[in-house]
Amino acid sequence: MAKIAVRHLTKSYNSGKVIALEDVSFEVQPYESFCILGPSGCGKTTLLRHIGGALKPTSGHIKVDGQILHELDQEGLYEMRRKMGMLFQFGALFTDMSVYDNVAFQMREHTDLPEELIHDLVMMKLHAVGLRGTHDLMPSELSGGMARRVALARTVALDPMLIMYDEPFAGLDPISLTVVGDLIRRLNDALGATSVIVTHDVQESLKIVDYIYFVADGVIVAEGTPDEIQASDKSFVRQFVHGEMDGPVPFHYPGGDYRTDLGVTA
Amino acid sequence: MPIVKSLRVIGNRTVNAVWRTGYATRFFVMTLFYSGPSFKRFRLIVKEMFSSGVMSLIIILVAGMFVGMVLGLQGYETLKRYGSESALGSLVALSLVRELGPVLAALLFASRAGSAMTAEIGLMKATEQIAAMEMMAVNPIARVVAPRFWAGVISMPLLAAMFSAMGVFGGYVVGVVIIGVDEGSFWSQMQASVDFQHDVLNGVIKSFVFGLAVTAIALFEGYDAPPTAEGVSGATTRTVVQSSLAILMLDFILTAFMFQGA
Repeated sequence: MAKIAVRHLTKSYNSGKVIALEDVSFEVQPYESFCILGPSGCGKTTLLRHIGGALKPTSGHIKVDGQILHELDQEGLYEMRRKMGMLFQFGALFTDMSVYDNVAFQMREHTDLPEELIHDLVMMKLHAVGLRGTHDLMPSELSGGMARRVALARTVALDPMLIMYDEPFAGLDPISLTVVGDLIRRLNDALGATSVIVTHDVQESLKIVDYIYFVADGVIVAEGTPDEIQASDKSFVRQFVHGEMDGPVPFHYPGGDYRTDLGVTA
Repeated sequence: MPIVKSLRVIGNRTVNAVWRTGYATRFFVMTLFYSGPSFKRFRLIVKEMFSSGVMSLIIILVAGMFVGMVLGLQGYETLKRYGSESALGSLVALSLVRELGPVLAALLFASRAGSAMTAEIGLMKATEQIAAMEMMAVNPIARVVAPRFWAGVISMPLLAAMFSAMGVFGGYVVGVVIIGVDEGSFWSQMQASVDFQHDVLNGVIKSFVFGLAVTAIALFEGYDAPPTAEGVSGATTRTVVQSSLAILMLDFILTAFMFQGA
């Protein structure tokens, strides 16, 4: 279990000229599964990378399990990450290793378990994602959905207390999407882990999470349970949930006068 | 103000160059620092030696053979003018062991294995494999970079030795078998003139230094490559160009120290 506390988190680049996150604060209780929703480029992956300790905040802090992440040295951070798992957008499977070796990777790196026990654990993890039969395949032989499921098995290899998912539904066909969504929920419940899902897939995430934060332009603009979000009358939430073309997130990127760009003078 | 603009560009480039040099040095020191686990799990180094060393064998052996054959031909033509054809063995062996073996093998190694290392690590970065490793609390420098570094450093002298051996064989085929230089004098002159410490050992030291330079450049370029197709292709090109220049420059420096007054 893990408790995440984000306090006044701000991240800026180029000496403050580009602000990715601005004064973001929220708290997540153990066993909770929550989702960060928002349009592309809104800062949600940056937020996830902060929770994983991959980025240091410009100001504010993130506490995971009572420890401020950016104050940890490399050893402390690695110690913390042994309790975390992260599913990357396209799986990030090691392409020079078989499916079996990918799932066994962390077990071999962080434990002294005998190879027979590792074998059983790998088979159990692969069975949990329905891909026990692929153990001797290479990642290049898997479909996108299968690769994501193998990556999920690798993510939960050491039963982490905090699991982060970076766009887990991106580029999946409807069947794979449902399978991955269902697996995320079931694995989370089975492991008793805290889950953070960063996505822009509203419908799938509404089905599997307990709480939702909407991020836009680096700030949290709305939050609530899936039922509250669906019933929300906030224009941004409505536009996002129902996929409306225009609204608070404009269709047109800001630009000069249209008539001037077309050379119309009169 | 074009002068101000030019100064700004020059300043920016200088700062970038200094920053990159510092980053590369830090990367190299970190690689050495995190090398311990690689030696504890030597099979990681052996695996990388297969892909960088063994897979380079064909090109090294074929190139060595042809270089030796050309040396045999050219050497014979030149030595014949002075009536010293019997010294062909010495000429072929000394040229290969002192210079051509280490230098050409390193240039081929940079093109074949160095570029592959850069592309592999660059792609690992682009596909978030390096980031995934970090998130699994596994240090990518210890797990990915250090084994490849030591595999390259160990492979290079072995490849250079094989290049030279194959070159000597090529010189023998052309000089003795085809042209008809006396076989006894070919081998005995070679035996008499090649000194183990002065020639062979210096050649080994050279190839060790070249291996160090090529592998360090290849790994740094891969690790530092922007995670895009253009980024990886640019890094691969830089590896080959920088490694080749580094080999030739280091060869001059090492030769100046090793053979001064000889």
